[in-house]
Amino acid sequence: MIDPVAIAKGVVKRFASQTALDGVDITITPGKITGLVGPDAAGKTTLIRILAGLMAANDGEIAVLGGAPGTNLEQLGYMPQRFGLYEDLSVIQNLDLYAELRGLSKEEKPATYGRLLDFTDLARFQDRQAGKLSGGMKQKLGLACALVKTPRLLLLDEPGVGVDPISRRELWAMVKELTAEGIGVLWSTAYLDEAAKCDSVTMLNDGKLIYSGDPSGLTDRMKGRVFNASSDTLDRRHLLTQLLGDNEVLDGTIQGSSIRLLTRSEHPSLPGIRLDPLPPRLEDGFIEVLGGGPGGTSALADAYSRFDHNDVPAIEAHALTKKYGDFTAANQVSFTARPGQIFGLLGPNGAGKSTTFKMLCGLATPTSGTCSVAGHSLKHAGPAARQSLGYMAQKFSLYGDLSVEQNLNFFAGAYGLKKAAARDAIDKVVDIFELSSRLRTNAGVLPLGYKQRLALACAVMHEPPVLFLDEPTSGVDPVMRREFWVHINGLVSRGVCVLVTTHFMEEAEYCDDILLIYRSEQIATGSPDDLKAQASRIAGLSDPTMEDAFIALIEASNVDTKNPRKAA
Amino acid sequence: MGRLKAITIKEFWALVRDPKARMGLFLPPLLQLFLFSYAATLEVRNIDLGLYDMSSGRYSQELVQRLDGSPNFKRIEVLHSPEDLRQAIEDQDVIAAIVIEQDFDRRMASGQSAEIGVVLDGRRSNAAQIVAAYVTRVASGIGAQVSNLPEPEGLRVTNLYNPSLDFVWFNLPSLIVMLGVITSIAVTGLSISRERELGSFDQLMVSPLRVHEILLGKMLPALGFGLLNGAIFIAAAQLIFDVPFRGSYAVFFAALIVFNIALIGVGMFVSSLSRTQQQAFLGSFLLTIPIIMLSGFASPVENMPEWLQVLNHANPAMYFLPVAQSIFLKAMPLSAVISWMWPVVLIAIVTLSASAWLFRARME
Amino acid sequence: MSGNLARLDRRRLAALIRKETVQIVRDPSTLLIAFVLPILLLFIFGFGVSLDANSIRVGMVVQDSSPQANSLAQALRASPYLEIEESPTVQPLRDRMVANRIRAMIVIPQDFGASIDRRAPLPIQVATDGSQPNTANFAAAYVQGIYGTWVEQQGMAPGVPTVTVNTRYWWNPELKSRFFLIPGSITIVMTMIGTLLTALVVAREWERGTLEAMMATPISMTEFIASKLIPYFVLGMGSMALCTVLGIVVFGVPLRGSVFALFLLASAFLVPALGLGLFISAATKNQFVASQAALFSGFLPSFLLSGFIFEISSMPRMIQAVTYLVPARYFIPPLQTVFIAGDAWGMFARNIAAMLTFGALFFLLAYRTTRRSLD
Repeated sequence: MIDPVAIAKGVVKRFASQTALDGVDITITPGKITGLVGPDAAGKTTLIRILAGLMAANDGEIAVLGGAPGTNLEQLGYMPQRFGLYEDLSVIQNLDLYAELRGLSKEEKPATYGRLLDFTDLARFQDRQAGKLSGGMKQKLGLACALVKTPRLLLLDEPGVGVDPISRRELWAMVKELTAEGIGVLWSTAYLDEAAKCDSVTMLNDGKLIYSGDPSGLTDRMKGRVFNASSDTLDRRHLLTQLLGDNEVLDGTIQGSSIRLLTRSEHPSLPGIRLDPLPPRLEDGFIEVLGGGPGGTSALADAYSRFDHNDVPAIEAHALTKKYGDFTAANQVSFTARPGQIFGLLGPNGAGKSTTFKMLCGLATPTSGTCSVAGHSLKHAGPAARQSLGYMAQKFSLYGDLSVEQNLNFFAGAYGLKKAAARDAIDKVVDIFELSSRLRTNAGVLPLGYKQRLALACAVMHEPPVLFLDEPTSGVDPVMRREFWVHINGLVSRGVCVLVTTHFMEEAEYCDDILLIYRSEQIATGSPDDLKAQASRIAGLSDPTMEDAFIALIEASNVDTKNPRKAA
Repeated sequence: MGRLKAITIKEFWALVRDPKARMGLFLPPLLQLFLFSYAATLEVRNIDLGLYDMSSGRYSQELVQRLDGSPNFKRIEVLHSPEDLRQAIEDQDVIAAIVIEQDFDRRMASGQSAEIGVVLDGRRSNAAQIVAAYVTRVASGIGAQVSNLPEPEGLRVTNLYNPSLDFVWFNLPSLIVMLGVITSIAVTGLSISRERELGSFDQLMVSPLRVHEILLGKMLPALGFGLLNGAIFIAAAQLIFDVPFRGSYAVFFAALIVFNIALIGVGMFVSSLSRTQQQAFLGSFLLTIPIIMLSGFASPVENMPEWLQVLNHANPAMYFLPVAQSIFLKAMPLSAVISWMWPVVLIAIVTLSASAWLFRARME
Repeated sequence: MSGNLARLDRRRLAALIRKETVQIVRDPSTLLIAFVLPILLLFIFGFGVSLDANSIRVGMVVQDSSPQANSLAQALRASPYLEIEESPTVQPLRDRMVANRIRAMIVIPQDFGASIDRRAPLPIQVATDGSQPNTANFAAAYVQGIYGTWVEQQGMAPGVPTVTVNTRYWWNPELKSRFFLIPGSITIVMTMIGTLLTALVVAREWERGTLEAMMATPISMTEFIASKLIPYFVLGMGSMALCTVLGIVVFGVPLRGSVFALFLLASAFLVPALGLGLFISAATKNQFVASQAALFSGFLPSFLLSGFIFEISSMPRMIQAVTYLVPARYFIPPLQTVFIAGDAWGMFARNIAAMLTFGALFFLLAYRTTRRSLD
């Protein structure tokens, strides 16, 4: 067996109030990608920092590159969560800096730069400031900087967060190529599909090691317990609600028009439901280890007003265009979203998705075109339109130094809830989202999951008929993501319209209608199944996943515009 | 109203919730109050004086004793040569040196007028002038004393409102103005840019809050703190520093409110203009310095060149500083206060409308 | 960062400095502090703050119509130091004083002329506005001076021997306050660059997470710190040079000492200023807190407790003790000397030693606080 590039046994790290790592073992083998998986706050970042020598462990045996952590930094590549780039330096200046710091010799420089720029497809942007790159490009530059002097060990801390599927796929291919040269890679992620592709995974929960080994080891346990469930009488959302409430069911997600189901046993008794076996995934194993997904009913939805499916469209956009100088960020975007519908806005980083989203909720004024929310024009009846929408931002954007209660009070007041109504609304969300024990805690120090809940609570207290969610589950682990979607599904069945942007193609499956934006244009519209059908027609794929469809449609659009993007 | 109340309460908590921020609101002003009121004095005391006495007779002894006995002088260093003298002044061991020529005693004894020389450190010209005045006062008494004649009075000077010309009586009312400028601009200057940087700005923008509600919500707590700090300072001035407050509290607070609104307008303007907290901080700093330095606190407004005096008409502190001093010590009546403060009302209107306009213009 | 603190690799250092320079050039706020702020401060102190003698507005009531009273009134009116506002009675002047429009009032009493004829002159009454003590003093002194000259001209000198004081102000006979205010503002400017700017840039690296990536490369602590110091040292010196040129050209301040001494002193002062900035940033790791800390520990003491405007010897003992901890206190006197008086190596050496001692102290603190760990 080859000597591992890093090996740690029984690592313990304590912070003032909690134990972040409690006896964790990990082995990173050269030429392999080791996945580090776990829910939010499981201790992934702490472990990576200890391996990089940025933190000292309280206990445990650690050998990195044959020495103590931090001693062989010449042979270590490290990409922190925020990539560690100097945003006011250009691409090439960032590379230069790291090349000098890592002691790359002058002779090696041209070849290395050529290889890295080619590899990351950044050659065209070498003079652009790093701060002005899209998320995906920043991430590739971050990787390039970690690789200027080929390391023996590469540590990547959640490189995929907030990045679109295409960039993620490209990044994966790049790293895979590196392992062929014998580099040992540690890849931390909250995306289970990424983890499934790793050569081995180390799974953490709450600072403890819960699984270590080949991903298939975890997946295989689920064999025979995963099904495609459908029903003739119930639509997919009601079917999911019903199934999640069933004791036999451990987990379920919407996939196209049917449900992907994980059951407790291989022969569940679910009368009236058609079950077709499906191959298991790593995520199924992960969910089982964590004790299963949430139940199917949303207390939030049960207490919510019911909106009739009347003729007024919930969101209507007509020829929305936004120009910044001579750059068109969004061009002629038109669509209609009905009450009781989830509408997905998808597209790669920097495609114009955010600009469109901002125009729809009134954060940006369209250069031309109109849009309205619940029948109120954003231009002419701004306050009325804003009163009828709830908004949840990509980043946590409540008041971090205010307590949970103060945040709730403020948003209740800002949406004009009168005293008694405000009291009721706050009591209700506190109860539903189990916030009562944390009312006095500052919102900024809540765990990510609670931040998510609080943000949703603040967005729905005034029971708006329309909800805008901008990458609402970015960086959140699968269990919390499911809980979130149970609420959203519940609200939709009460007639609420939800507009969502996401990079999770799995989440795109929840949408009724999807608008795909690329290079400022809307390139495809339709239900998830429609898009998959389109994609299989164009690219000749059979039974594509949503991610396959996304990539195929984008690439097809590249061919159309005769401006081919370099294949990853 | 409900929305305005909600955002006002939120802004209030945003200011005081964080213990560090809470300290920042009250501790630095109080610290500065003490430091400034004792340290910022243009008086000259505890002077070290050099003496190069070539006469050494009865009259020169008398002069030295009188200087030594004066409370303004701390130490008299005897110098033995012109070289000593040069060294002592150059090294700033003494700020001035008295040179008594050999014939001094002879002339005085014979009833003639005599002259002494004082060499002063021109590097500290302001303090040096005051020292020269002290020395002159002491020296001019010598002649009368040695001849046992009463000195004619000539000039009878009374200092109204502050008989002993206590510098603290000037400093304290001025500090209320200075610290008001610093805190008000700092508090409001960061308020909008902080929301921009932390991302909560979008959250505000998608809510049904109107622009005027957001701005008012940010102003009211800041105004509250301005007034509270003012009240604390007024109390401290009287209770700790024994500075009399002779005017009307109502008039003082009315003027303080107008002044604070103008400053808040300045702060909001900077905040609307800035993309980041760092820019807002620098912008506030760049405005705070001239507002304070040109207010008349450091040196009289009349001493500035004409063009700067014209520019200074836009400086709210230039109007409120004399008003604060005068209400404190001279019980300035309302009519006079109005004659000073009306331009501040104009400034407030201009800065507030400018910040509202800028806020709207930079919403995206 | 490497555990070997003292290692200094020239190539890595050069790369880091290059990076820092690009950042300085790209960031408008850095350039604002380094070049706009100095000019602004210099202009405010050069033009806006003047402790020089200037005309003071005073009220006058002449209650006597004798030729002597008229002659004195005329002498007062003719003085360039007073701007006389006359009134037949005292009351309106009193109101003007309450309204802060005049700084003093002079009353030439009834029977003034006759009393002089009797050789028992009645005193002239001067009432100053004590709410501004400095101006009150000046007003009284001006009137005193004019009166004294007038008495002499009238030939009514008393029959006692008088002692006249012959003053000589070395180096600054015209008593221009700019001469000491400009070197003082240079001190403030250098404090701002050395302390505030340095504190901000290092705190920014903590905040943006770039320091985390740096720490995982083989650079040493020394290299990192040196890469911050060298560019800001150059910036501080550049800014000092700019101020010096402006001071000489625009404000007419002489530079009587050597340029060498000036640079030596300025370099010595930047050591504690930069050290303090590094220490603050390492201790706070947050731009906002760092800026506040820099303001309170750098700017305010340099302004208040350094002898810049306010005489240290006049402060209470407690505060005087505190001033010994302010590096600017050791910079302002030699800086004023090098500008106004010339080279005085004895005092320069003592002050440079003091500044370097503080610098060493701050660096030690900064070193101990900037650990290579994220704990």
